[in-house]
Amino acid sequence: MIKYIKDFILKENIELGSMYSLLKLSPADGIMPDMIPGQFVQVDIKGSKNTFLRRPISINFVDKEMNLLWLLVRRAGEGTSTLISAPAGEAINLILPLGNGFSLDNGKMLLIGGGVGVAPLLYLGKILSEKDSNVSFLLGARSKQDLLELEEFKKYGEVFVSTEDGSMGEKGFVTTHSILNDKFDLIQCCGPLPMMKAVAKIARLHNTQCEVSLENVMACGIGACLCCVEDTTEGNVCVCKEGPVFNIDKLKW
Amino acid sequence: MVDLSVKIGQLELKNPVLTASGTFGYGEEFSDFIDLNRLGGFIVKGTTLNPREGNPYPRMVETPSGMLNAVGLQNKGVDYFIQHIYPRIKDVNSQIIVNVSGASIPDYVAVCEKLQPLNKIAAVEINISCPNVKQGGMAFGTTCAGAASVTKEVRKAFNRTMIVKLSPNVTDITEIASAAEAEGADAVSLTNTFLGMAINTETRRPYLSTITGGLSGACIRPIAVRMVWQVANTVKIPVVGLGGIMNGRDAIEFILAGATAIQVGTANFIDPSVTVKIIDYIENYMQRHGIASMQELIGGMLK
Repeated sequence: MIKYIKDFILKENIELGSMYSLLKLSPADGIMPDMIPGQFVQVDIKGSKNTFLRRPISINFVDKEMNLLWLLVRRAGEGTSTLISAPAGEAINLILPLGNGFSLDNGKMLLIGGGVGVAPLLYLGKILSEKDSNVSFLLGARSKQDLLELEEFKKYGEVFVSTEDGSMGEKGFVTTHSILNDKFDLIQCCGPLPMMKAVAKIARLHNTQCEVSLENVMACGIGACLCCVEDTTEGNVCVCKEGPVFNIDKLKW
Repeated sequence: MVDLSVKIGQLELKNPVLTASGTFGYGEEFSDFIDLNRLGGFIVKGTTLNPREGNPYPRMVETPSGMLNAVGLQNKGVDYFIQHIYPRIKDVNSQIIVNVSGASIPDYVAVCEKLQPLNKIAAVEINISCPNVKQGGMAFGTTCAGAASVTKEVRKAFNRTMIVKLSPNVTDITEIASAAEAEGADAVSLTNTFLGMAINTETRRPYLSTITGGLSGACIRPIAVRMVWQVANTVKIPVVGLGGIMNGRDAIEFILAGATAIQVGTANFIDPSVTVKIIDYIENYMQRHGIASMQELIGGMLK
């Protein structure tokens, strides 16, 4: 896939609680590049004194009708804080699309997300549902108010929820949810590392194929600097280029 | 029309803009963003005799106006480069320079002997300044005797242009440059990264798996400019300047300090098209200042 350095215009910045923002961006030249669910963009952060490098943000959704790219951003540090406080109308420079993306197979799919890790699963769910896959989402959060984009997810599949405080869905972690007793063809997962490792363990136990999307500290995002490596069965590979999506068989977990 | 061409040893560059080793992959990673044929040349990732897995994760942390890395020369070795990468990149209309690293002098020599028959490898850059490996690397670059011995032995193994890449982590970089010059280096390039360190104060742990790492980015530029100026005033061979060049203005600064050519490193991570912008800037700058050729600009700082 061809990668671009491209200006986008921030059309809408929707605050989702104090920690998250949903940014809806339109390509300045009107041409939206092709993207695969699970890929990410590298965002140039303007107006932040202490931010030198771009920030990798996963593709949340591509709204083809409105020609908008959605990025779901969590306030993590100064860079992301600056990004989510950007006003509508601001130009934001992106490098995209980056990384490999999830497998787009047909079958009975369970998409598991935790926290801001739900981000890439929305576009994934849409594309899979268009391919006549049977899509279920299992979304986990600390509490009801931390669940993001629930109404959007419901458009593309059945949604199951775990909250740690029991304020919505089943009480506990996604890994203790009863839906995991069902048999799936493929589990696709993005969230905190301990959650993904626990999901991988369950997938192995059930002999179910499983893909996870890894997070890593990145400099270039295009496989040049070799900073964001994961130790795999094939040695150290770049999460930004060979990933961020890995089949768990390739990982040393 | 201004003449952007420069010469380093036998190496003819159509313009003075090179890419720094370890920041530009094998060039291919950037072909979506720029026309590689426009570059003066590109310096491919540090290559060693045997494959290296590099250091464990985490390898990178952002710092004020820069970054620390501890990649540790991850590469698939010189044989893999020759068999799989060289055939893919050799037809580019730009100069290809291979950065060579080793844990011992025979390692450097063996890699250069293998590169010697590849006629599209116009030059080697001998890395005696990597701060992220336990053996070799910077150890050769921090003493005059070490720099001299590597240069002397590699000189016998490789008869095209040899650039020696210097470490800034020394008390007097001009002495090391002179040692390399005396043993037949065609040019020196400086600086490699500065040894640095950062601690996460909440976890009380170092950010890097190796604790210390190499600092690059805009934050090192004034120190690198000073070192280039000192070395250019000491040696007679060309100096290739690098260290925190983020744009065309920065490139001109190094050239005015005495650099014959420059390398763009960390800036490639932030803007993968920055090299062609720098070439355009230099051309425009020379027109604006009525400078016809690079020869008039090199070392052109007024006092």
